[in-house]
Amino acid sequence: MNACDFEELLKIPPYSLNQQDKQEIFNARINYLNEFHKNNCPEYKSIMQNISPELDFIPVRLFKEFDLKSVPDNEIIKTMTSSGTTGQKVSRIFLNRDTALNQQKVMTKIVSDFTGNEKSSRMPMIILDCPSVLKKRELLTARGAGILGFSIFGTKKIYAFDDDMNLNFDEIKKFVDEFAGQKILLFGFTFMIWQYFYKALKNSNSHLDLSNAILIHGGGWKKLANEAVSSEDFKNALNDVCGLKNVHDYYGMVEQTGSIFMQCEHGNLHASIFSDIKILRAQDFSECSFNERGIIQVLSLLPTSYPGHSLLTEDEGEILGVDDCKCGRLGKYFKVHGRLKGAELRGCSDTYERR
Amino acid sequence: MTNLEKYNQAFIDTFAISNDQLENLAYQSIEAWDSVGHMSLIAALEEAFDIMFETDDIIDFSSYQHGKEIIKKYDVEL
Repeated sequence: MNACDFEELLKIPPYSLNQQDKQEIFNARINYLNEFHKNNCPEYKSIMQNISPELDFIPVRLFKEFDLKSVPDNEIIKTMTSSGTTGQKVSRIFLNRDTALNQQKVMTKIVSDFTGNEKSSRMPMIILDCPSVLKKRELLTARGAGILGFSIFGTKKIYAFDDDMNLNFDEIKKFVDEFAGQKILLFGFTFMIWQYFYKALKNSNSHLDLSNAILIHGGGWKKLANEAVSSEDFKNALNDVCGLKNVHDYYGMVEQTGSIFMQCEHGNLHASIFSDIKILRAQDFSECSFNERGIIQVLSLLPTSYPGHSLLTEDEGEILGVDDCKCGRLGKYFKVHGRLKGAELRGCSDTYERR
Repeated sequence: MTNLEKYNQAFIDTFAISNDQLENLAYQSIEAWDSVGHMSLIAALEEAFDIMFETDDIIDFSSYQHGKEIIKKYDVEL
């Protein structure tokens, strides 16, 4: 298969290749992307020339420092930013039509594997966020991009919160009653769900029955770790207030939108054929063994408009196994332990500035 | 209203454009037809014809003209 022929890849079910079979196709496309970005993004070429030749990634932080793109400006149709708080530097990711389209296609394939395999796995959808998050259309935040991406699965859609983040309980109740007996999709970001959905439900006496719903949530655990809420606590708490049973976290970042890592029924995050994960030792960037904690490197076959196909994250994780998760999905599965403490990553971006 | 008129009206209402802009209209060809506008258009068409698109067709719905081909799959004669 031609490494650039992405359409062929899209025909393969996302978790159907064992690691060995996947690796061949995967590496071919990664090598192609390495060359493509070196030839089309001068900053990327310069970064790669200035770090050790055995390293095959750039630190994700660089997207905050530089405008990295591999296509002419007139091809950029959308700029996405990470959801930084005011004053914080945010990543800026530039998308052309092809990359944006492939992101949506791949995300749809991956998520469909969890929501049901029918050709059209669309359902009524409750967006656990407020409508204003999509107001600034030309500059999408990670939150907006996530909501928009997942909207494709929604038939009828409502927002759970008003713009002051109050829960629209009556509206949700009416919606749930209207679609009783149908599977409903809930989507939102972990902290928002905890803060404005779970807590609001817990503090009210009214009951909501979402036992037939599926919740997909992402966006990290940093804020919840401060409240000492684990993934298990999160699931149990939601089950308590609304009977939710089917809950899937996902790991992903705005720099690799689309090729997300979904959590299976057994609580493990999975790499699809469109992405892969490596865990590296901080001291020499060698690969960790299974069940050894290290820095997460993420690879994605999607980015062509910006050099984001191989990134060193600032998260800590561990590989749990490969090809043998009880859920039956092939490829690597892993766990994320949250943000690294680390200043050790800074060195990499300094290398670039000193060139 | 004929089906073609309903089809046209979905674009006109969603993007606040006029009839004469329809012919060459494509995704990203006007500001209003961005990824947010796209989902609004899909909702308007589903409502108008009481159909439900498959996810692949939503992604594939790249222009006014190509959309006519897609909507035929849902037994809508334009």
